[in-house]
Amino acid sequence: MNSKDIQSIWSVFKREFLAYFNSPVLYVIVVIFLLASQGFAFLFGRFLESDNASLTQSFFFWHPWIYIVLAPAVGMRLWSEEQRLGTIELLMTMPISPWHAIIGKFKAAALVWLIALLLTFPIVLTVFYLGSPDRGPILTGYIASYLYALGCLSVTSAVSAFTRSQVVCFIVSVAVCILLTLIGYPGIIDWFVKSLPASLEGGVRFVGYLSFMDHFYEMSKGVFVFRDVLYFLSVIAAGLMLTGLALRSKRA
Amino acid sequence: MIQVENLRKEFGTKTAVDGVSFSVQKGEVLGFLGPNGAGKSTTMRMVTGYFRPTSGQIRVGGVDMLENPEEAKRSIGYLPENAPLYSDMTVGSFLGFCAELRGLRGAARDKAIDRVLETCFLESVRNQSVDTLSKGYKHRTCFAQSIIHDPDVLILDEPTDGLDPNQKHEVRNLIKRMGENKAIVFSTHILEEVEAACSRAIIIDRGKVVADGTPAELKQRGNAVVRVVIKGAAGGSIRAEIEKINGVHQIEPGLSSDEQFSGRVLVTKGRKSADIAREIFGLASGQKWQLEELHQDEGKLDEIFRSITRSDTAV
Repeated sequence: MNSKDIQSIWSVFKREFLAYFNSPVLYVIVVIFLLASQGFAFLFGRFLESDNASLTQSFFFWHPWIYIVLAPAVGMRLWSEEQRLGTIELLMTMPISPWHAIIGKFKAAALVWLIALLLTFPIVLTVFYLGSPDRGPILTGYIASYLYALGCLSVTSAVSAFTRSQVVCFIVSVAVCILLTLIGYPGIIDWFVKSLPASLEGGVRFVGYLSFMDHFYEMSKGVFVFRDVLYFLSVIAAGLMLTGLALRSKRA
Repeated sequence: MIQVENLRKEFGTKTAVDGVSFSVQKGEVLGFLGPNGAGKSTTMRMVTGYFRPTSGQIRVGGVDMLENPEEAKRSIGYLPENAPLYSDMTVGSFLGFCAELRGLRGAARDKAIDRVLETCFLESVRNQSVDTLSKGYKHRTCFAQSIIHDPDVLILDEPTDGLDPNQKHEVRNLIKRMGENKAIVFSTHILEEVEAACSRAIIIDRGKVVADGTPAELKQRGNAVVRVVIKGAAGGSIRAEIEKINGVHQIEPGLSSDEQFSGRVLVTKGRKSADIAREIFGLASGQKWQLEELHQDEGKLDEIFRSITRSDTAV
Protein backbone atom coordinates (compact mmCIF):
# COMPACT_ATOMS: atom_id res chain seq x y z
CA MET A 1 0.00 0.00 0.00
CA ASN A 2 1.65 3.22 -1.12
CA SER A 3 0.90 6.80 -0.18
CA LYS A 4 -1.51 7.24 -3.08
CA ASP A 5 -3.69 4.40 -1.79
CA ILE A 6 -3.67 5.87 1.68
CA GLN A 7 -4.66 9.27 0.32
CA SER A 8 -7.54 7.81 -1.67
CA ILE A 9 -8.80 5.95 1.38
CA TRP A 10 -8.38 9.08 3.47
CA SER A 11 -10.40 11.19 0.99
CA VAL A 12 -13.27 8.70 0.94
CA PHE A 13 -13.11 8.31 4.72
CA LYS A 14 -13.18 12.06 5.26
CA ARG A 15 -16.16 12.58 2.98
CA GLU A 16 -18.08 9.75 4.53
CA PHE A 17 -17.40 10.76 8.09
CA LEU A 18 -18.35 14.37 7.39
CA ALA A 19 -21.58 13.05 5.90
CA TYR A 20 -22.28 11.35 9.26
CA PHE A 21 -21.13 14.37 11.14
CA ASN A 22 -23.30 16.79 9.18
CA SER A 23 -26.40 14.66 9.39
CA PRO A 24 -28.46 13.83 12.46
CA VAL A 25 -27.50 10.14 12.11
CA LEU A 26 -24.33 10.39 14.17
CA TYR A 27 -25.95 12.27 17.05
CA VAL A 28 -29.11 10.20 17.16
CA ILE A 29 -27.19 6.95 17.13
CA VAL A 30 -24.70 8.03 19.75
CA VAL A 31 -27.39 9.34 22.08
CA ILE A 32 -29.56 6.26 21.71
CA PHE A 33 -26.58 4.01 22.20
CA LEU A 34 -25.58 5.81 25.37
CA LEU A 35 -29.11 5.77 26.75
CA ALA A 36 -29.59 2.11 25.90
CA SER A 37 -26.23 0.89 27.16
CA GLN A 38 -26.45 2.78 30.44
CA GLY A 39 -30.13 2.08 30.83
CA PHE A 40 -29.71 -1.66 30.36
CA ALA A 41 -26.79 -1.67 32.77
CA PHE A 42 -28.71 0.03 35.55
CA LEU A 43 -32.19 -1.38 34.98
CA PHE A 44 -31.70 -4.94 33.77
CA GLY A 45 -28.05 -5.47 34.47
CA ARG A 46 -28.52 -4.59 38.15
CA PHE A 47 -25.25 -2.73 37.99
CA LEU A 48 -25.70 -1.28 41.46
CA GLU A 49 -27.59 -4.07 43.19
CA SER A 50 -25.21 -6.81 42.15
CA ASP A 51 -22.56 -5.34 44.39
CA ASN A 52 -19.90 -6.50 42.01
CA ALA A 53 -17.18 -4.21 40.69
CA SER A 54 -17.27 -5.55 37.18
CA LEU A 55 -18.84 -4.53 33.92
CA THR A 56 -19.11 -7.94 32.29
CA GLN A 57 -22.59 -9.05 33.30
CA SER A 58 -24.15 -5.69 33.84
CA PHE A 59 -22.79 -3.59 30.99
CA PHE A 60 -21.12 -5.47 28.13
CA PHE A 61 -23.65 -8.28 28.28
CA TRP A 62 -26.26 -6.09 26.62
CA HIS A 63 -24.10 -4.62 23.87
CA PRO A 64 -24.72 -7.29 21.22
CA TRP A 65 -28.47 -6.65 21.44
CA ILE A 66 -27.96 -2.94 20.99
CA TYR A 67 -25.59 -3.42 18.07
CA ILE A 68 -28.00 -5.74 16.29
CA VAL A 69 -30.30 -2.77 15.77
CA LEU A 70 -28.00 0.23 15.83
CA ALA A 71 -25.06 -1.00 13.75
CA PRO A 72 -27.25 -1.56 10.67
CA ALA A 73 -28.73 1.89 11.27
CA VAL A 74 -25.26 3.39 10.97
CA GLY A 75 -24.13 1.20 8.09
CA MET A 76 -27.23 1.11 5.93
CA ARG A 77 -26.36 4.26 4.06
CA LEU A 78 -22.86 3.14 3.11
CA TRP A 79 -23.61 1.70 -0.33
CA SER A 80 -27.39 1.88 -0.63
CA GLU A 81 -27.35 5.65 -0.67
CA GLU A 82 -24.52 5.64 -3.18
CA GLN A 83 -26.62 3.49 -5.51
CA ARG A 84 -29.81 5.44 -4.99
CA LEU A 85 -28.16 8.75 -5.82
CA GLY A 86 -26.21 7.24 -8.72
CA THR A 87 -22.98 8.63 -7.29
CA ILE A 88 -21.58 5.12 -7.35
CA GLU A 89 -21.03 5.71 -11.04
CA LEU A 90 -18.85 8.70 -10.21
CA LEU A 91 -16.97 6.89 -7.47
CA MET A 92 -16.29 3.81 -9.57
CA THR A 93 -15.02 5.80 -12.55
CA MET A 94 -12.50 7.68 -10.42
CA PRO A 95 -8.90 6.50 -10.70
CA ILE A 96 -9.06 4.62 -7.41
CA SER A 97 -9.52 0.98 -6.59
CA PRO A 98 -12.98 -0.05 -5.36
CA TRP A 99 -11.24 -1.34 -2.23
CA HIS A 100 -10.14 2.18 -1.34
CA ALA A 101 -13.76 3.23 -1.32
CA ILE A 102 -14.94 0.15 0.57
CA ILE A 103 -12.30 0.50 3.27
CA GLY A 104 -12.61 4.29 3.51
CA LYS A 105 -16.35 4.10 4.00
CA PHE A 106 -16.12 1.27 6.50
CA LYS A 107 -13.59 3.19 8.56
CA ALA A 108 -15.88 6.20 8.70
CA ALA A 109 -18.70 4.07 10.08
CA ALA A 110 -16.22 2.41 12.44
CA LEU A 111 -15.19 5.80 13.79
CA VAL A 112 -18.84 6.58 14.58
CA TRP A 113 -18.88 3.49 16.82
CA LEU A 114 -15.56 4.32 18.37
CA ILE A 115 -16.94 7.70 19.39
CA ALA A 116 -20.11 6.15 20.75
CA LEU A 117 -18.20 3.57 22.73
CA LEU A 118 -15.69 6.05 24.14
CA LEU A 119 -18.53 8.21 25.36
CA THR A 120 -19.63 5.43 27.70
CA PHE A 121 -16.64 6.31 29.91
CA PRO A 122 -18.74 7.56 32.85
CA ILE A 123 -19.73 4.00 33.73
CA VAL A 124 -16.06 3.07 33.89
CA LEU A 125 -15.39 6.00 36.18
CA THR A 126 -18.36 4.94 38.30
CA VAL A 127 -17.19 1.39 38.73
CA PHE A 128 -13.74 2.61 39.69
CA TYR A 129 -15.27 5.04 42.15
CA LEU A 130 -17.48 2.44 43.79
CA GLY A 131 -15.05 -0.41 43.95
CA SER A 132 -11.76 -1.69 42.69
CA PRO A 133 -12.53 -3.62 39.53
CA ASP A 134 -10.22 -5.83 37.59
CA ARG A 135 -8.88 -3.73 34.73
CA GLY A 136 -8.31 -6.58 32.28
CA PRO A 137 -11.95 -7.57 31.75
CA ILE A 138 -12.92 -3.95 31.25
CA LEU A 139 -10.33 -3.49 28.53
CA THR A 140 -11.10 -6.78 26.79
CA GLY A 141 -14.80 -6.04 27.23
CA TYR A 142 -14.42 -2.81 25.33
CA ILE A 143 -12.36 -4.48 22.62
CA ALA A 144 -14.89 -7.29 22.31
CA SER A 145 -17.74 -4.82 22.21
CA TYR A 146 -16.06 -2.75 19.50
CA LEU A 147 -15.24 -5.82 17.44
CA TYR A 148 -18.86 -6.91 17.75
CA ALA A 149 -19.99 -3.54 16.43
CA LEU A 150 -17.56 -3.77 13.53
CA GLY A 151 -18.74 -7.31 12.76
CA CYS A 152 -22.32 -6.10 12.50
CA LEU A 153 -21.15 -3.13 10.44
CA SER A 154 -19.31 -5.31 7.94
CA VAL A 155 -22.45 -7.44 7.55
CA THR A 156 -24.42 -4.25 6.92
CA SER A 157 -21.83 -3.00 4.45
CA ALA A 158 -22.18 -6.20 2.44
CA VAL A 159 -25.98 -6.09 2.51
CA SER A 160 -26.04 -2.42 1.50
CA ALA A 161 -24.00 -3.23 -1.59
CA PHE A 162 -26.83 -5.45 -2.79
CA THR A 163 -29.67 -2.96 -2.52
CA ARG A 164 -30.40 0.66 -3.28
CA SER A 165 -33.00 0.84 -0.52
CA GLN A 166 -31.81 1.73 2.94
CA VAL A 167 -34.93 0.23 4.50
CA VAL A 168 -34.38 -3.15 2.85
CA CYS A 169 -30.74 -3.00 3.86
CA PHE A 170 -31.65 -2.22 7.46
CA ILE A 171 -34.18 -5.04 7.82
CA VAL A 172 -32.02 -7.67 6.14
CA SER A 173 -28.94 -6.63 8.11
CA VAL A 174 -30.79 -6.76 11.41
CA ALA A 175 -32.06 -10.23 10.53
CA VAL A 176 -28.59 -11.47 9.63
CA CYS A 177 -27.08 -9.98 12.78
CA ILE A 178 -29.78 -11.57 14.95
CA LEU A 179 -29.12 -14.91 13.33
CA LEU A 180 -25.36 -14.62 13.81
CA THR A 181 -25.93 -13.71 17.43
CA LEU A 182 -28.57 -16.29 18.32
CA ILE A 183 -26.88 -19.34 16.84
CA GLY A 184 -24.28 -18.97 19.54
CA TYR A 185 -26.55 -18.10 22.45
CA PRO A 186 -25.82 -20.64 25.22
CA GLY A 187 -29.48 -21.33 26.01
CA ILE A 188 -30.33 -22.00 22.40
CA ILE A 189 -27.32 -24.19 21.82
CA ASP A 190 -28.13 -26.24 24.90
CA TRP A 191 -31.70 -26.66 23.72
CA PHE A 192 -30.54 -27.91 20.33
CA VAL A 193 -27.99 -30.24 21.88
CA LYS A 194 -30.66 -31.73 24.14
CA SER A 195 -33.35 -32.14 21.52
CA LEU A 196 -31.16 -33.45 18.70
CA PRO A 197 -29.55 -36.89 18.67
CA ALA A 198 -26.20 -36.96 20.42
CA SER A 199 -24.32 -37.64 17.20
CA LEU A 200 -25.19 -34.14 15.98
CA GLU A 201 -23.83 -32.38 19.02
CA GLY A 202 -20.50 -31.69 17.33
CA GLY A 203 -22.29 -30.06 14.40
CA VAL A 204 -24.39 -27.86 16.64
CA ARG A 205 -21.36 -26.80 18.63
CA PHE A 206 -19.54 -26.01 15.41
CA VAL A 207 -22.35 -23.80 14.11
CA GLY A 208 -22.48 -22.16 17.50
CA TYR A 209 -18.79 -21.54 17.26
CA LEU A 210 -19.36 -19.52 14.07
CA SER A 211 -21.62 -17.07 15.87
CA PHE A 212 -20.59 -13.67 17.14
CA MET A 213 -21.85 -14.44 20.61
CA ASP A 214 -19.57 -17.34 21.34
CA HIS A 215 -16.46 -15.23 20.74
CA PHE A 216 -17.85 -12.14 22.34
CA TYR A 217 -18.66 -13.95 25.57
CA GLU A 218 -15.20 -15.31 26.09
CA MET A 219 -13.61 -11.96 25.54
CA SER A 220 -16.03 -9.95 27.62
CA LYS A 221 -15.31 -12.23 30.56
CA GLY A 222 -11.71 -11.14 30.33
CA VAL A 223 -10.35 -14.14 28.52
CA PHE A 224 -8.43 -12.42 25.78
CA VAL A 225 -7.79 -15.11 23.27
CA PHE A 226 -6.12 -14.34 20.01
CA ARG A 227 -8.42 -16.65 18.06
CA ASP A 228 -11.49 -14.65 19.12
CA VAL A 229 -9.94 -11.45 17.85
CA LEU A 230 -8.94 -13.27 14.71
CA TYR A 231 -12.49 -14.51 14.34
CA PHE A 232 -13.91 -11.00 14.35
CA LEU A 233 -11.19 -9.74 12.04
CA SER A 234 -12.08 -12.52 9.60
CA VAL A 235 -15.76 -11.65 9.83
CA ILE A 236 -14.92 -8.05 8.99
CA ALA A 237 -12.67 -9.10 6.12
CA ALA A 238 -15.35 -11.45 4.80
CA GLY A 239 -17.99 -8.72 5.02
CA LEU A 240 -15.85 -6.26 3.13
CA MET A 241 -14.90 -8.90 0.57
CA LEU A 242 -18.56 -9.66 -0.02
CA THR A 243 -19.18 -5.92 -0.39
CA GLY A 244 -16.54 -5.84 -3.10
CA LEU A 245 -18.00 -8.85 -4.88
CA ALA A 246 -21.51 -7.40 -4.76
CA LEU A 247 -20.35 -4.10 -6.18
CA ARG A 248 -18.42 -5.87 -8.89
CA SER A 249 -21.35 -8.04 -9.87
CA LYS A 250 -23.49 -4.91 -10.23
CA ARG A 251 -20.98 -3.53 -12.69
CA ALA A 252 -20.27 -6.77 -14.52
CA MET B 1 -7.16 9.05 -27.62
CA ILE B 2 -10.08 6.63 -27.43
CA GLN B 3 -10.08 3.35 -29.29
CA VAL B 4 -12.98 1.03 -28.92
CA GLU B 5 -13.08 -2.26 -30.73
CA ASN B 6 -15.87 -4.73 -31.03
CA LEU B 7 -17.45 -3.84 -27.76
CA ARG B 8 -20.20 -6.17 -26.62
CA LYS B 9 -22.32 -6.10 -23.51
CA GLU B 10 -24.92 -8.64 -22.56
CA PHE B 11 -27.29 -8.34 -19.62
CA GLY B 12 -28.56 -11.85 -19.14
CA THR B 13 -29.98 -12.82 -22.52
CA LYS B 14 -30.38 -9.24 -23.70
CA THR B 15 -27.60 -7.80 -25.82
CA ALA B 16 -27.36 -4.10 -25.03
CA VAL B 17 -24.28 -3.32 -27.09
CA ASP B 18 -23.40 -5.50 -30.03
CA GLY B 19 -20.01 -5.03 -31.64
CA VAL B 20 -19.48 -1.29 -31.40
CA SER B 21 -16.18 0.08 -32.68
CA PHE B 22 -15.04 3.66 -32.97
CA SER B 23 -12.09 5.87 -32.26
CA VAL B 24 -11.75 9.50 -31.30
CA GLN B 25 -8.66 11.62 -31.83
CA LYS B 26 -7.51 14.66 -29.94
CA GLY B 27 -9.35 17.72 -31.23
CA GLU B 28 -12.39 15.72 -32.23
CA VAL B 29 -15.88 16.04 -30.82
CA LEU B 30 -17.87 12.88 -31.38
CA GLY B 31 -21.61 13.01 -31.11
CA PHE B 32 -23.28 9.84 -29.96
CA LEU B 33 -26.80 9.59 -31.30
CA GLY B 34 -29.50 7.04 -30.94
CA PRO B 35 -33.00 6.46 -29.69
CA ASN B 36 -33.58 5.75 -26.01
CA GLY B 37 -32.35 2.32 -25.09
CA ALA B 38 -30.06 2.06 -28.09
CA GLY B 39 -27.02 1.38 -25.93
CA LYS B 40 -25.47 4.84 -25.74
CA SER B 41 -25.20 5.00 -21.97
CA THR B 42 -24.08 1.39 -21.72
CA THR B 43 -21.30 2.05 -24.21
CA MET B 44 -20.18 5.14 -22.32
CA ARG B 45 -20.26 3.28 -19.02
CA MET B 46 -17.97 0.67 -20.50
CA VAL B 47 -15.58 3.22 -21.95
CA THR B 48 -15.33 4.95 -18.56
CA GLY B 49 -14.71 1.65 -16.79
CA TYR B 50 -17.97 1.49 -14.86
CA PHE B 51 -19.33 -1.57 -16.65
CA ARG B 52 -17.13 -4.44 -17.62
CA PRO B 53 -17.75 -5.40 -21.26
CA THR B 54 -18.72 -8.96 -22.13
CA SER B 55 -16.07 -8.80 -24.80
CA GLY B 56 -14.11 -6.22 -26.75
CA GLN B 57 -11.27 -3.80 -26.26
CA ILE B 58 -11.09 -0.29 -24.85
CA ARG B 59 -7.98 1.84 -24.91
CA VAL B 60 -7.96 5.35 -23.51
CA GLY B 61 -4.85 7.46 -24.06
CA GLY B 62 -3.02 4.29 -25.05
CA VAL B 63 -3.87 2.49 -21.78
CA ASP B 64 -6.03 -0.61 -21.74
CA MET B 65 -9.12 0.00 -19.62
CA LEU B 66 -9.63 -3.66 -18.79
CA GLU B 67 -6.06 -4.46 -17.84
CA ASN B 68 -5.15 -1.24 -16.12
CA PRO B 69 -8.36 0.54 -15.12
CA GLU B 70 -6.92 2.88 -12.50
CA GLU B 71 -4.37 4.24 -14.94
CA ALA B 72 -6.84 4.52 -17.83
CA LYS B 73 -9.45 6.32 -15.70
CA ARG B 74 -6.90 8.98 -14.86
CA SER B 75 -7.19 10.69 -18.24
CA ILE B 76 -10.99 10.55 -18.41
CA GLY B 77 -13.51 13.09 -17.22
CA TYR B 78 -17.01 11.67 -17.02
CA LEU B 79 -20.42 13.21 -16.65
CA PRO B 80 -22.87 10.37 -15.97
CA GLU B 81 -26.48 10.51 -17.06
CA ASN B 82 -28.69 12.53 -14.71
CA ALA B 83 -25.62 14.19 -13.16
CA PRO B 84 -25.50 12.41 -9.77
CA LEU B 85 -24.19 14.35 -6.77
CA TYR B 86 -23.76 13.78 -3.04
CA SER B 87 -26.75 15.68 -1.76
CA ASP B 88 -25.26 16.33 1.67
CA MET B 89 -22.26 18.29 0.40
CA THR B 90 -21.72 21.85 -0.71
CA VAL B 91 -20.66 22.57 -4.27
CA GLY B 92 -17.16 23.51 -3.14
CA SER B 93 -16.61 20.48 -0.92
CA PHE B 94 -18.00 18.14 -3.58
CA LEU B 95 -15.55 19.47 -6.14
CA GLY B 96 -12.80 19.25 -3.55
CA PHE B 97 -13.60 15.61 -2.91
CA CYS B 98 -13.51 14.82 -6.64
CA ALA B 99 -10.25 16.73 -7.02
CA GLU B 100 -8.69 14.70 -4.21
CA LEU B 101 -9.74 11.41 -5.74
CA ARG B 102 -8.11 12.67 -8.93
CA GLY B 103 -4.89 13.10 -7.00
CA LEU B 104 -5.01 16.90 -6.68
CA ARG B 105 -3.95 18.10 -3.23
CA GLY B 106 -3.35 21.30 -1.39
CA ALA B 107 -2.87 24.39 -3.55
CA ALA B 108 -3.34 22.48 -6.81
CA ARG B 109 -6.70 21.32 -5.53
CA ASP B 110 -7.87 24.80 -4.56
CA LYS B 111 -6.72 26.20 -7.88
CA ALA B 112 -8.58 23.49 -9.80
CA ILE B 113 -11.76 24.21 -7.83
CA ASP B 114 -11.53 27.94 -8.56
CA ARG B 115 -10.92 27.27 -12.22
CA VAL B 116 -13.93 25.00 -12.76
CA LEU B 117 -16.19 27.19 -10.64
CA GLU B 118 -15.37 30.00 -13.01
CA THR B 119 -15.66 27.92 -16.19
CA CYS B 120 -19.05 26.58 -15.20
CA PHE B 121 -20.41 29.83 -13.69
CA LEU B 122 -20.80 28.32 -10.24
CA GLU B 123 -18.99 30.90 -8.09
CA SER B 124 -22.23 32.22 -6.65
CA VAL B 125 -23.24 28.81 -5.24
CA ARG B 126 -19.85 27.68 -4.02
CA ASN B 127 -20.93 27.31 -0.40
CA GLN B 128 -24.47 26.24 -1.12
CA SER B 129 -25.62 22.72 -0.36
CA VAL B 130 -26.11 20.60 -3.47
CA ASP B 131 -29.57 19.72 -2.19
CA THR B 132 -30.85 23.24 -2.61
CA LEU B 133 -29.59 23.81 -6.16
CA SER B 134 -31.81 24.05 -9.21
CA LYS B 135 -31.44 21.41 -11.87
CA GLY B 136 -29.27 23.56 -14.10
CA TYR B 137 -26.82 24.26 -11.31
CA LYS B 138 -26.72 20.60 -10.29
CA HIS B 139 -25.95 19.64 -13.84
CA ARG B 140 -23.18 22.19 -14.12
CA THR B 141 -21.72 21.10 -10.79
CA CYS B 142 -21.42 17.56 -12.05
CA PHE B 143 -20.03 18.87 -15.31
CA ALA B 144 -17.48 20.89 -13.34
CA GLN B 145 -16.43 17.68 -11.59
CA SER B 146 -15.68 16.07 -14.96
CA ILE B 147 -13.20 18.75 -16.01
CA ILE B 148 -11.59 19.36 -12.63
CA HIS B 149 -8.38 17.57 -13.55
CA ASP B 150 -8.31 19.02 -17.07
CA PRO B 151 -8.57 15.56 -18.68
CA ASP B 152 -7.53 14.68 -22.21
CA VAL B 153 -10.69 12.69 -22.71
CA LEU B 154 -14.18 13.87 -21.83
CA ILE B 155 -17.17 11.59 -21.86
CA LEU B 156 -20.48 13.34 -21.37
CA ASP B 157 -23.76 11.47 -21.16
CA GLU B 158 -26.47 13.90 -22.24
CA PRO B 159 -24.69 17.03 -21.04
CA THR B 160 -27.52 19.37 -22.02
CA ASP B 161 -30.38 17.31 -20.66
CA GLY B 162 -32.69 19.39 -18.49
CA LEU B 163 -31.00 22.72 -19.13
CA ASP B 164 -32.80 25.81 -20.31
CA PRO B 165 -32.04 27.11 -23.83
CA ASN B 166 -29.46 29.63 -22.64
CA GLN B 167 -27.62 27.03 -20.61
CA LYS B 168 -27.77 24.58 -23.48
CA HIS B 169 -26.16 27.15 -25.69
CA GLU B 170 -23.51 27.81 -23.07
CA VAL B 171 -22.67 24.12 -22.59
CA ARG B 172 -22.53 23.57 -26.35
CA ASN B 173 -20.05 26.40 -26.72
CA LEU B 174 -18.05 25.02 -23.84
CA ILE B 175 -17.88 21.61 -25.48
CA LYS B 176 -16.87 23.14 -28.77
CA ARG B 177 -14.17 25.22 -27.14
CA MET B 178 -12.74 22.35 -25.13
CA GLY B 179 -12.94 20.08 -28.14
CA GLU B 180 -10.03 21.94 -29.69
CA ASN B 181 -7.48 20.17 -27.52
CA LYS B 182 -9.36 17.23 -26.05
CA ALA B 183 -11.08 14.14 -27.32
CA ILE B 184 -14.75 14.47 -26.46
CA VAL B 185 -17.61 12.03 -26.75
CA PHE B 186 -21.08 13.20 -25.88
CA SER B 187 -24.45 11.61 -26.27
CA THR B 188 -27.64 13.42 -27.03
CA HIS B 189 -30.88 13.00 -28.82
CA ILE B 190 -31.12 16.63 -29.79
CA LEU B 191 -29.96 16.67 -33.37
CA GLU B 192 -29.28 20.35 -33.75
CA GLU B 193 -26.71 19.90 -31.03
CA VAL B 194 -24.77 17.53 -33.21
CA GLU B 195 -24.67 20.05 -36.02
CA ALA B 196 -23.70 22.80 -33.60
CA ALA B 197 -20.91 21.11 -31.72
CA CYS B 198 -19.70 17.88 -33.31
CA SER B 199 -16.98 17.25 -35.80
CA ARG B 200 -18.21 13.69 -36.21
CA ALA B 201 -21.29 11.74 -35.29
CA ILE B 202 -22.13 8.11 -34.74
CA ILE B 203 -25.67 6.85 -34.82
CA ILE B 204 -26.26 3.76 -32.76
CA ASP B 205 -29.39 1.65 -32.77
CA ARG B 206 -30.15 -1.56 -30.92
CA GLY B 207 -26.56 -1.83 -29.86
CA LYS B 208 -25.04 -1.46 -33.30
CA VAL B 209 -23.36 1.45 -35.07
CA VAL B 210 -25.60 2.21 -38.03
CA ALA B 211 -23.93 5.38 -39.29
CA ASP B 212 -20.60 7.10 -38.77
CA GLY B 213 -19.45 10.32 -40.40
CA THR B 214 -19.36 14.10 -40.27
CA PRO B 215 -22.77 15.74 -39.89
CA ALA B 216 -22.54 16.81 -43.56
CA GLU B 217 -21.79 13.29 -44.71
CA LEU B 218 -24.63 11.89 -42.68
CA LYS B 219 -27.07 14.36 -44.19
CA GLN B 220 -26.35 13.03 -47.65
CA ARG B 221 -27.40 9.58 -46.59
CA GLY B 222 -30.97 10.51 -45.98
CA ASN B 223 -33.94 11.21 -48.15
CA ALA B 224 -34.80 14.79 -48.88
CA VAL B 225 -38.34 15.68 -47.95
CA VAL B 226 -41.08 17.80 -49.43
CA ARG B 227 -43.86 18.82 -47.10
CA VAL B 228 -47.19 19.51 -48.78
CA VAL B 229 -50.69 20.62 -47.86
CA ILE B 230 -53.12 20.46 -50.78
CA LYS B 231 -56.84 21.20 -50.82
CA GLY B 232 -59.45 20.60 -53.47
CA ALA B 233 -59.88 16.84 -53.67
CA ALA B 234 -60.15 13.79 -51.44
CA GLY B 235 -56.98 13.11 -49.50
CA GLY B 236 -56.67 9.57 -50.79
CA SER B 237 -56.83 10.52 -54.44
CA ILE B 238 -54.32 13.35 -54.05
CA ARG B 239 -51.95 10.95 -52.39
CA ALA B 240 -52.37 8.41 -55.18
CA GLU B 241 -51.53 11.07 -57.79
CA ILE B 242 -48.41 12.21 -55.94
CA GLU B 243 -47.21 8.66 -55.57
CA LYS B 244 -47.16 8.34 -59.36
CA ILE B 245 -44.51 11.04 -59.69
CA ASN B 246 -41.17 9.57 -60.65
CA GLY B 247 -38.68 10.07 -57.81
CA VAL B 248 -41.10 9.82 -54.92
CA HIS B 249 -39.74 7.26 -52.53
CA GLN B 250 -42.47 7.11 -49.94
CA ILE B 251 -45.28 9.18 -48.53
CA GLU B 252 -45.89 9.76 -44.85
CA PRO B 253 -49.47 11.03 -44.68
CA GLY B 254 -50.44 13.60 -42.11
CA LEU B 255 -53.92 15.01 -41.70
CA SER B 256 -56.13 13.97 -44.60
CA SER B 257 -59.83 14.49 -45.15
CA ASP B 258 -62.39 14.55 -47.96
CA GLU B 259 -61.10 17.84 -49.25
CA GLN B 260 -57.48 17.96 -48.20
CA PHE B 261 -54.24 16.07 -48.06
CA SER B 262 -51.24 16.90 -45.98
CA GLY B 263 -48.12 14.88 -45.56
CA ARG B 264 -44.44 14.42 -46.12
CA VAL B 265 -43.11 13.20 -49.41
CA LEU B 266 -39.78 11.40 -49.13
CA VAL B 267 -37.63 11.88 -52.20
CA THR B 268 -35.69 8.99 -53.66
CA LYS B 269 -31.99 9.19 -52.90
CA GLY B 270 -30.07 10.96 -55.63
CA ARG B 271 -33.04 13.07 -56.72
CA LYS B 272 -33.30 16.69 -55.73
CA SER B 273 -36.22 17.80 -53.61
CA ALA B 274 -36.53 20.91 -55.79
CA ASP B 275 -37.41 18.74 -58.84
CA ILE B 276 -40.08 16.87 -56.96
CA ALA B 277 -41.50 20.09 -55.53
CA ARG B 278 -41.77 21.47 -59.05
CA GLU B 279 -43.58 18.36 -60.25
CA ILE B 280 -46.01 18.50 -57.34
CA PHE B 281 -46.66 22.15 -58.16
CA GLY B 282 -47.30 21.23 -61.81
CA LEU B 283 -49.60 18.39 -60.78
CA ALA B 284 -51.58 20.65 -58.47
CA SER B 285 -52.09 23.40 -61.03
CA GLY B 286 -53.04 20.80 -63.68
CA GLN B 287 -55.65 19.30 -61.39
CA LYS B 288 -56.89 22.70 -60.17
CA TRP B 289 -56.00 21.88 -56.55
CA GLN B 290 -55.13 24.64 -54.15
CA LEU B 291 -51.56 24.36 -52.98
CA GLU B 292 -51.61 25.57 -49.39
CA GLU B 293 -48.07 24.64 -48.51
CA LEU B 294 -45.04 23.37 -50.32
CA HIS B 295 -41.82 23.17 -48.40
CA GLN B 296 -38.60 21.39 -49.20
CA ASP B 297 -36.07 20.16 -46.69
CA GLU B 298 -32.71 19.16 -48.02
CA GLY B 299 -31.61 16.11 -45.99
CA LYS B 300 -32.11 17.06 -42.36
CA LEU B 301 -30.33 15.09 -39.70
CA ASP B 302 -33.71 14.36 -38.15
CA GLU B 303 -34.79 12.52 -41.23
CA ILE B 304 -31.67 10.44 -41.38
CA PHE B 305 -32.01 9.66 -37.75
CA ARG B 306 -35.57 8.55 -38.21
CA SER B 307 -34.97 6.61 -41.37
CA ILE B 308 -32.07 4.58 -40.06
CA THR B 309 -33.12 3.95 -36.48
CA ARG B 310 -36.07 1.70 -36.22
CA SER B 311 -37.22 2.82 -32.86
CA ASP B 312 -39.69 0.77 -30.89
CA THR B 313 -42.17 3.59 -31.08
CA ALA B 314 -42.29 3.49 -34.90
CA VAL B 315 -45.37 1.88 -36.39
